[in-house]
Amino acid sequence: MRALFPLELKAAETARRGQRLVGPVDVRLEGAGCTVVIGPNGAGKTSLLRLMHGTARLTGGSLRWGCGEAEARQRQAFVFQQPVMLRRSVEENLAYPLRARGVARGEARAKARVWAERVGLGAMLGRQAPVLSGGERQKLALARALIIGPEVLFLDEPCAALDGAATRDIEAILSEAKAGGTALVMATHDMGQARRLGDEVLFLLAGRVRERSPAQGFFEGPETAEAQAFLRGDII
Amino acid sequence: MMKRVLAAVAVVWAAGVAQAEDVMRMAVTTSFHNSGLADVLLPEISDDLGLEVQLLVVGTGQALKLGEAGDVDAILVHAKAAEEAFVEAGYGTHRREIMYNDFVVIGPAGDPAGVGEAESAAGALQRIEGAKADFVSRGDDSGTHKKELSLWRAAGLEPERFGAWYKAVGAGMGAALNTASGMGGYVLSDRASWLNFGNKGGLALLYAGDPALFNQYAYIPVNPARHGHVKAELAEKLEGWLVSPRAKALIDGYEIGGEGLFVFNAQ
Amino acid sequence: MVDLWDGLVQAFWLVVTLDAALVEISARSLRVTLSALAIASVIAMPLAAFLAVKRFRYRRAVIALLNALMGLPPVVVGLLVYILLSRSGPFGVLGLLFTPTAMVIAQVTIIVPLVASIAHQSLRDLWHEYHDLLISMNVSQGQKMRTLLWDARRALLTAALAGFGRAIGEVGAIMIVGGNIDHATRVLTTAIALETGKGDFALALALGFVLIGLAIAVNLAIHSLSRTEREGRW
Repeated sequence: MRALFPLELKAAETARRGQRLVGPVDVRLEGAGCTVVIGPNGAGKTSLLRLMHGTARLTGGSLRWGCGEAEARQRQAFVFQQPVMLRRSVEENLAYPLRARGVARGEARAKARVWAERVGLGAMLGRQAPVLSGGERQKLALARALIIGPEVLFLDEPCAALDGAATRDIEAILSEAKAGGTALVMATHDMGQARRLGDEVLFLLAGRVRERSPAQGFFEGPETAEAQAFLRGDII
Repeated sequence: MMKRVLAAVAVVWAAGVAQAEDVMRMAVTTSFHNSGLADVLLPEISDDLGLEVQLLVVGTGQALKLGEAGDVDAILVHAKAAEEAFVEAGYGTHRREIMYNDFVVIGPAGDPAGVGEAESAAGALQRIEGAKADFVSRGDDSGTHKKELSLWRAAGLEPERFGAWYKAVGAGMGAALNTASGMGGYVLSDRASWLNFGNKGGLALLYAGDPALFNQYAYIPVNPARHGHVKAELAEKLEGWLVSPRAKALIDGYEIGGEGLFVFNAQ
Repeated sequence: MVDLWDGLVQAFWLVVTLDAALVEISARSLRVTLSALAIASVIAMPLAAFLAVKRFRYRRAVIALLNALMGLPPVVVGLLVYILLSRSGPFGVLGLLFTPTAMVIAQVTIIVPLVASIAHQSLRDLWHEYHDLLISMNVSQGQKMRTLLWDARRALLTAALAGFGRAIGEVGAIMIVGGNIDHATRVLTTAIALETGKGDFALALALGFVLIGLAIAVNLAIHSLSRTEREGRW
């Protein structure tokens, strides 16, 4: 099996109804640790993640995975800001991506139980997913994304609507996944979270990558004036 | 969930499905069926011949159409000219007269047009036209409708030129009687339909008896030369029964409220 | 008013005494309509899911057509089916005219657009909700359709019941293609038309009440079989 990474974007952009959402972007991801995507509202964070994930159409430039497009789609997952719950039980939500990949029912169930336990939903296997609390839903969405063992996980502000306790739980799960070798690409507005999880930072402004630095260096002293202003809170 | 629904469906399905004697289809006119005679004859036919006759109760126009298309094995109707044309065109093998009943003029019991004093059928219709009293016509190309039109013409009148008092409802005998009952109008009906009609309201039988009102029923087997699938043998068997002394006794003996309805006249 | 009361009384006695003729035509009504509903659902539900999930050039036209066909007069359907199944029509050799099968065909034709339209509306809403997730999971078109159909099953039940209601109460088409033959193709609605024609309003009404009762019973039965009311919510 060929390696998934690197992911290479060259002058990549995506547009909708003639309006450019992000790009042109030149970036090469090696798939190690957690890449945090930050920037003000409307900078194109979500669009960039979708473009990488393959759910936004590439309207210019090029985007290449080490193993090729079609296969890459099978080796990654995405967690949305507002988790989409299938109108099924917690267990069935977890089993769904496995069943869709042809995993046998019994095996899918067993795995679902393990993952429910791992994210703290072990007691809620039979509950209908849409009636869970916000934090529980995001944990479920995260477990449902990780259950297929993705090599890269895209996260679009996964904790934006959550309280502190739920955020801590989510971050613990993410740290564990990272330690297990899953690359993370996460958009976030929470600079504390970016510091806690990030290994490197992509700073986006007006659809372009303005700065790319290791996380520690970025937060201690960003190179560009825009990033400095952003961190000061002058650009939001 | 789905399994249970399917199980329920299966149970309902199993509830139907039965019988296997000889079956043939015959198109008959509404007036014949409304008389109730079929309810007497069909069980006897089933007993004597082991033959189930399925009746399609339609107007004469549609009955002939069904015969032309080969969708029935025989027809029993009452519209001589149309029947002869049907046989002439090769759709039926032959026309066999079985029996007749008669038409009657029905109208509001008060009889504003004075139909009750008429000397003849023509006279009765002329009185209705003269009074411009509401008249309900079948208007559906049925045997009764055709008969009504020929009666108007025999009375020297042209229904096409009548005013709003002449109402062609384009419906069966029962519906026409319902309409007449609702508006207190006159209507031409076969005697059987009238006697069996349950919603008489303020209507009454006002005129009957003119031989011009006699209504001949004939049996026509559909031509197997045109439609290979028709059950010609069964149709022949049924014809034999319909002209038998046994049928004669049943037809002549059929009464509603003490009145005989049909006169057997098969040759 | 007298007729109305007589009708109620007569309906009561017909049901209480389990009148043989009534039981026969009621069973046939149910059999024909439930068969039609089953077949129509098998056609309409996947069609609705396909229209919700798949984007193709004439999609809007197909949806508009379905919506328009919802209002198709049953008599016209009856006439078309009659012409097709008549001995002198293209499918005449099958000998299906004036059989319960012909009635099923007519009812299927009448309710497929209705069931598909209603089902499509709820599937479209659910697809809107699921779209991002299922696209992200990169599942196949077939899996998308199956997921929508399964997760929207309660709404689809409503669509099916609407189809049932339209079919069980339909008279124009099945009168033409069934012929209202006693012991063969007579069902509740055609019997009602027949009794009305005979001026026996009380009996016609009684049959009407039985029909209404039957429709309610089937609705309740299907709902309880699928436990819609107890689980609530979805």
